Order: sequence, then structure tokens, then C-alpha cells
Amino acid sequence: MHRVYQGVDRIAGNVITVRATGVGYRELAQVSSRHGSSLAQVIRLQGGSVDLQVFAGGRGIATDAEIRFLGRTMQVPFSRSLLGRVFNGSGQPRDNGPEINKNLIDIGGPSVNPARRIIPRRMVRTGIPMIDVFNTLVESQKLPIFSVAGEPYNQLLARIAMQAEVDVIILGGMGLKHDDYLFFRDLLEENGALSRAVLFIHTASDPVVECLLVPDIALAVAEHFALLNQRVLVLLTDMTNFADAMKEVAITMEQIPSNRGYPGDLYSQLAARYEKAVDFDAAGSITILAVTTMPGDDVTHPVPDNTGYITEGQFYLRNGRIEPFGSLSRLKQLVNDQTRADHRTIMNTMIQLYASYMETLEKQSMGFRMSAWDNKLLAYGQRFENELMDLKVNIPLEQALDLCWQILADTFEPAETGIASKLTDQFWPSR
Amino acid sequence: MSENSGTIIGINGNLLTVEFTRAVVQNEVAYAVMADRRLKAEVIRIRGSYADLQVFEDTTGLKEGDRVRFTGELLAVELGPGLLTQVFDGLQNPLPQLAEHCGFFLQRGVYLDALPRDRLWAFSPTAAPGDRVTAGEALGSVPEGIFQHRIMVPFGLRGAFTVERIAAPGDYTVSHPIATLRGADNEVVEVTLMQRWPVKMPIRAYRERLRPGEPLVTKVRIIDTFYPVARGGTYCIPGPFGAGKTVLQQITSRYADVDIVIIAACGERAGEVVETLREFPQLTDPRTGKSLMDRTLIICNTSSMPVAAREASVYTAVTIAEYYRQMGLNVLLLADSTSRWAQALREMSGRLEEIPGEEAFPAYLESVIAAFYERGGIVRLKDGSLGSVTIGGTVSPAGGNFEEPVTQSTLKVVGAFHGLSRERSDQRRFPAIDPLDSWSQYSGVVAAEQVSLARGILHSGNEVKQMMKVVGEEGTSIDDFVVFLKSEYIDAAYLQQDAYHEVDGASSAERQRYVFERIHRLLGSRMSFNDKDSARRFFQSLTQTTRDWNRVDQNDADFLQIERQLEQMIAEVSQDA
Repeated sequence: MHRVYQGVDRIAGNVITVRATGVGYRELAQVSSRHGSSLAQVIRLQGGSVDLQVFAGGRGIATDAEIRFLGRTMQVPFSRSLLGRVFNGSGQPRDNGPEINKNLIDIGGPSVNPARRIIPRRMVRTGIPMIDVFNTLVESQKLPIFSVAGEPYNQLLARIAMQAEVDVIILGGMGLKHDDYLFFRDLLEENGALSRAVLFIHTASDPVVECLLVPDIALAVAEHFALLNQRVLVLLTDMTNFADAMKEVAITMEQIPSNRGYPGDLYSQLAARYEKAVDFDAAGSITILAVTTMPGDDVTHPVPDNTGYITEGQFYLRNGRIEPFGSLSRLKQLVNDQTRADHRTIMNTMIQLYASYMETLEKQSMGFRMSAWDNKLLAYGQRFENELMDLKVNIPLEQALDLCWQILADTFEPAETGIASKLTDQFWPSR
Repeated sequence: MSENSGTIIGINGNLLTVEFTRAVVQNEVAYAVMADRRLKAEVIRIRGSYADLQVFEDTTGLKEGDRVRFTGELLAVELGPGLLTQVFDGLQNPLPQLAEHCGFFLQRGVYLDALPRDRLWAFSPTAAPGDRVTAGEALGSVPEGIFQHRIMVPFGLRGAFTVERIAAPGDYTVSHPIATLRGADNEVVEVTLMQRWPVKMPIRAYRERLRPGEPLVTKVRIIDTFYPVARGGTYCIPGPFGAGKTVLQQITSRYADVDIVIIAACGERAGEVVETLREFPQLTDPRTGKSLMDRTLIICNTSSMPVAAREASVYTAVTIAEYYRQMGLNVLLLADSTSRWAQALREMSGRLEEIPGEEAFPAYLESVIAAFYERGGIVRLKDGSLGSVTIGGTVSPAGGNFEEPVTQSTLKVVGAFHGLSRERSDQRRFPAIDPLDSWSQYSGVVAAEQVSLARGILHSGNEVKQMMKVVGEEGTSIDDFVVFLKSEYIDAAYLQQDAYHEVDGASSAERQRYVFERIHRLLGSRMSFNDKDSARRFFQSLTQTTRDWNRVDQNDADFLQIERQLEQMIAEVSQDA
């Protein structure tokens, strides 16, 4: 039974208010007026008036618009025929392909029972030493790439997606530049990966409310693939746009802002999405890689800050390199004891020495005399940056570890590295 | 008696506005009735004939005009045998059983009994008919895993009662009446193995509260030696993300010298709970030789689970902790993270449109945090035995800035502060507890004067380090330089600990005393070096040898050998004849 109402009381931004009864919270409605028609979702009920968030935005809505409540919440179709297709933020095809209307699934569903999760055990190999050696990516991990605008974060995202061994790739684009959307699509196509990918794209010129739906749709679809025993990689870019869209709606709704205008539930909202990353007990998995651009390179900005507390680490992208400081994979301990006996030690030692190198650089910039130790550190740091940090480097983990030993042996005596004697005896390369 | 019900007139997120006609109670539990399920909610504000309710579930699909049924009961938990080893959500629903019911995903509106109703417990009475008892005194006990679980007079009873009847030894379910008590004005109370207690009220059925004194050994060197925690004390671990709060909590939950550990995973990642969940049953508790899970209980309301239940979860956890304390046990409650709990308060406060305080946190934040930590403590029970609840809470300050309201409110009420620093974690110096900023008001496992010498060196070493940034190494005297090297040595060889190494990961109190004694002597000795490079080389190899030493079991032959090696190294540079 569809209930139809005519007339809008209030229009503010993308939110309209109508008088209606018997409406369910989060129910969908179709809003039609002369300038077109759009879906809308109930976001507040108060004493007989209903606030709806209009997907296509408030522009062009007439006060005599017709509002038809659909009696259901937001759903998207799910089937294997989604693979290879491109949709917009409300689930409509944007690739001129046929519409899919079968087997509708709810979006933004409940969270996974922690008792049905398992401890992730599989490393995702990327061929990037800064990831494989120092911050190993693990299947079912949720990991953002923190970056300022202008860094090649989408390229990095795409490269990891191409090299990772997964069954399904789902791309959720939020506020994406049209060029970037085409970049992803073409790259997937060239590498023959489009046939195992689904794209949900909201570009910067699309209505802002659709941006809010992209992660939920992408993750709902991912969840269903994972339940079919598929290993799914979800790429979300850029989550800061998503948070800003949330801010916009919250302010329109006159909510009390908590920090720099963002709503008080920013943490919970982001967590509800990121926590969809999962390794199911007896089914597939979802790994989430997301981009979070940091306004003004400020990691204490509410979006990267809250994200950091939710995700299992982060990759910092700065000056085209993954920074060794601040970058972290919290799950690396789960896999890097099974790769090679020296992996953990190399990982810690190299970073500790690199930290000393940074201190020496500071000393050098202040014009102090360099001691013999300082000179060793300088030589070490240079090689570290050129041979390991450069994003062009593409070598498997084992080769990268060997390279680390070589750099150490070329610059230091074994005792200077602080590595336990047992390991230096085994791995220290002979000259 | 007809039921008390109201009508929904507004929905905003998980906040319902309900119109009611008969009396309602602040903080009582109510259920919003949908066609196929009921959603649990709590009354949090009353204005005229309207009540505001926070719903512990997702409110999608609720309609204006739907019924709400009030129960008249405050939000309470079930207390009785069978709690240990379980995994509950914030409202004490057992998660594994929920998984059997609902599969992979949590379904809203499904509420299960916290304690299994059909399980039999072997009860042996200790009280006899005619005994006079008061709230909290034992009537008997049942074995629960490795513990004798006391069955106590319900904590809510006021005044003295006479035991009229007590069940014979035998097997009973939790809801079977095992004793009948009669009060002064002839009221009769039936006691079962389980009782219910409202989570937001502290249990006070003890004789007196004592001052915490004895250290609680966590086997983390920097904590036990430098910034100790006391049994019955409180401490907090603030730190930016990635500084190792959760790893520190996990280590503590493994090695802490207490009877029972309650982990309240409050608004954090589900993955971390899963690690505990899957690993603990496999691990052996060195104190008992049994599985670590036997002494553990998990309250798990992770970040994507409903926000209002997150707020309830820390209370559920602390209530269960107090319950086991009443049995004369030492309980450690680890809450990760109290900031998420504070944020849950903030979210509700925002929906209620209350006037916001700093960073939009509600004005009552400070008193709520204080009241929570005050539920920790060591008490003398009515039978003379001691029981304690130690509370350790992590704080996740926005932007890693300790000036924010949650950190500041917490620091006012805790007895120890383990501040984690981004700088230390960037340098992979774990545990990343800042040795200069942290503090503790409790006494530790190592003699205080030894610690103060080391702390003095850490401070002066840091001063030299700062000075060297200005005047350079060549402008620093060799004596100052050695102080700096000594401070770096304490850091690298003692403060840093490899959490993932089986020996280095856990250092017993005895070993800490032994090792620190040696290190203290070394720090006190005067050393002479020809130049700074030779001093640096000496300390580099000293550090490496000590780190090797840390990785050797104390009973191993190598242990003494490395110790001798260290003494020899020091003798070579020492000026003390």
C-alpha cells in the first residue's frame, strides 16, 4: 500500500518537511514535482511532521510536490550480473547497461556478531616494500590512506587493487573527479579486472546526498559476495567527502556540532562502515582500503583523527612516498611471524635506525659537525629512501628483506644495529 | 495489573519521544513494540507528559503512533554462576548464543538470558537455619571453574534477616530457590543462585573501603617498576591512535596478577575482541595452569554496535566486577576505550538538544567519569576477607591532545597515568608510555630510591638531549654525554619490552627486582671513556647484551653467563676501584 501526500511545509538544503502519518523511520519516498522526481529517505519524525533527505537535492522541488511513501527502506539489487557494471550513488546504472531489479537487498544492515569473526591469517602481497615489509596488509583489514590533496593516492589504491589476489573488487567513489573515475574504469578494463569489479560512483558534480549512500551500497554488495565465499576488496575514495556530506546534512538539520562543525556521531557513523571489514567464520572476507584526504595535512582534523581510531592502522602518503613514521598496520603481527624469521626484527630495526637518521638530518641542517656515527646514518638514510621508500619499487617481500640486510651490512657493524646476535649470525650478508 | 504504555510521537536516530499517561520512572526500561519484535530502550528524560527514551537498537521502521511498554524496572544485569568465560554484548546478551539464533549478523530485538537456565550447579550450603544474615553475606557456594562462587544474600536487602530454610547440598539451576529468609517485619525473601542488580548503582554490601596499597603486578617493566598500579586502584592510558593502547591492555589482561579479568571492549574494533576470544581459550594461565579464558569475561560492544548499548556496557562490566569482588576475589576491569563511552554520552546529549559543554560533551561528563572510576577500590567484606576491583581505562583523545575534556576529567580521579606518546611509538619504542610525563601515586615492586635514581638520569638525559639539539654533540661535555647515553640505555634495555617475545614479553616482579638491582648499580658507577665515539660504542654493545639478557629465561644457564658478561663489560670502563 502506497500512501501519497501532496505539499511540502519546509525546504532547507536537501531536507524537506511534510505532514504525514504512519511513516516508518528511514522509510523511502518518491518525491515528484514539475522539475523531476527523486527518491528521499525519512531522517526524523516529530509530532506529525516528517523530515526527508532528498537524494537529488532540494533544488527544483515545488511546495505542491507529490510525496509517495514506498513502505520500504533503501535497497539495491544483488546478483553476480553486477560484476563489470558501473552504478551511481542511488544504485542506478551509469554505464548505459540494463537496469537490474531482481533480488533486492537492504543496505546499512546490522553488524556482524563478533563471535562469528575469525582472526585474520592471510597476508595480502602488494610488492611495495613499505607495505609488505614494514606495514603488512592483511586480508579483512580496514586501512585508510591518509594523504593531502594532490598526492597519487588513487594511483596507489589502484595499484594495490591490481596486485592483490582477491575474487571481487568493489569501488565506491565519493565526490570523485570525473577524470579519476575514468582512470579507475580504464585501468580495471586494461588489466582485465573489470569483469570481477563493481563500481559505485558518485562524482563531484552529483547530488551530495547520493554521496552518503555510496559506502553503504558498496559494502552491502561486498557483504553478500563475501557470504558467497568470495574474497572481496572494497576501495573507498574519498571518505573525507563522505564525512563532509554528513556534516552538510547535520547542519541543515540544526544538529549541535561537536568538532569543526562535524556531527557528534561522526565516529559511530564512520565505524559503522569500516567495521564491515570482516573475515567470516566459514565464508569469505571483506578488506577495506579507503582514502582519507587530510585538509591542510592535519592529522588531528576530525575526519582522519576519528578514522585512525577506527581502522586497523593507516598508510601516510606524503611527497609521493609511504611515510615510515605514522604509517601502521595493526594486523601485521598476525602474519609477519610466518613469513620469515628475520621479518619482525628487520622491520623494527630499520625504522629505529631511520628515526636516528632523521635526528642526524636535523643536526646537520643546524650546521653541527657530523660524527662517524652520523655519517653512517646519513648514508643509511639515503639508501633507505631511494631503494625502499620509492613507490616505483616493485619487489616481493623476500627480496625486500634481503635488500634490507644488504643496506645494513653495507653501512653498519652488526652490533651497531642492536639486532640480537642469533639473527645477525644467520642473516648478516658476508662481504 | 494492566501494563503501563505510551505512544511514540517522535523519532530522531535512536531517540524516541513518547507520550505517556501513567507514572514512569527515570531510567526505567521500556520496549518499543514493532509488528514482529520489541526494541529495548531506557527512559533518559521526562518533560510533562513526554518521556525521551534512548533505544539500544537501530530504530529503522519504527512509526509514529507505535506503542511503548514501560516495565518499571531499572536497567539491570543477572549475577550468578556461569558468567565467567562468557562473551556478552553491552546489555548482557551472550554473543555466541545469539550467533546460534541469528547467524552471522546481530539481529535487533533478540534478547537472551545471560545465565543458562538449564545448567545445574553443585550447591553446598554454609549458612544454617536460624542464622542471622545481612546483604552480601554468603549462604553457600557452587564451584564455577577454578573458583568457589559464593551465593550471597541479595545486595538490595536492608536490615538483618533470619535464615528460615536452606537447601540441602545438591544440584540446582540458577532460578531454583535455595534459601528462604525472613526479615524483621516478617517479610519473606526467596533466594536463588542468581540475583539481579541495577547497573548504574554501586554494590555496597561490604564492611569498609580501604586504601589501595599492594602493587598489582602486570609484568610490564615500565609499569611495575616506574609507574605502578595498585590492587583496587585506578589508572588510565591516554594515547593517540596507533600508540599501542590496545596492545598494552591485551598484555595486561594476559599477565596481570589478579583472579578475574573483565574486558569491556567499548566502542572499539571488533577484530581486537576476536583476538582475545579466539586466543585466550588456547592460552594457559601461569598462575593456575588452566585456560586463560577460565578467569576472563568479555563485555563487547564494538564500534558498529548500537551506541546506547555502548553507554550501558561499561556499567554492565563494572557491576559484574563488583559482584566477583564480593566473593573476596581480586578483579581487574579493563575498559577500552572510555572515550567511546563519553562519545556515546555526547551523541545522546546532542539528540536531547542539551546545552553543550567543551567540545560538545555534556556538562555532566566529569561527574559521570568520576562516579565510574570511584566504583573501583579494595574493600573488607563482612566476613573479614578482602576483595578488590582495579579499573584501567584507555582514553582516545581527539588528535592525541591530552588537553581535551575526557582525558582531563579522567586524570582528576585516577591514581596512575600512563601517557602514551606518538613520538615514542613512531620510533618503535614500545610500550610507548612516556617515561617523563607519566605518574603514579602507588608504590611499585622495586625500592623507591633505586627508581628515583633512574628517573633522575632519564630527566637529565633528556635535558642533555635537548641541549645537544642546540649546541651539538661537540659542544657537550663527555660527562653530560655519558648521562645521555645512560638514559638511552635505561630506555632501550629496561623500559622497552617486546610484547610478542615469550620471555621478554612478561617480566615477573622477582625478575624485575633482580634485573633492576643490577641496572641500578651500573647506573651509579662512574665510567671513563677516551672520547664520545668509544662511549657510544660501549653503550651500544651494553644495550645489545642486556637485550639478549632480557630474552633469556631466568632459570636458563645463559642467564648467569650473560650477567657475568655484563659485569665484565662494566668493570672494564669503571673508575670505581
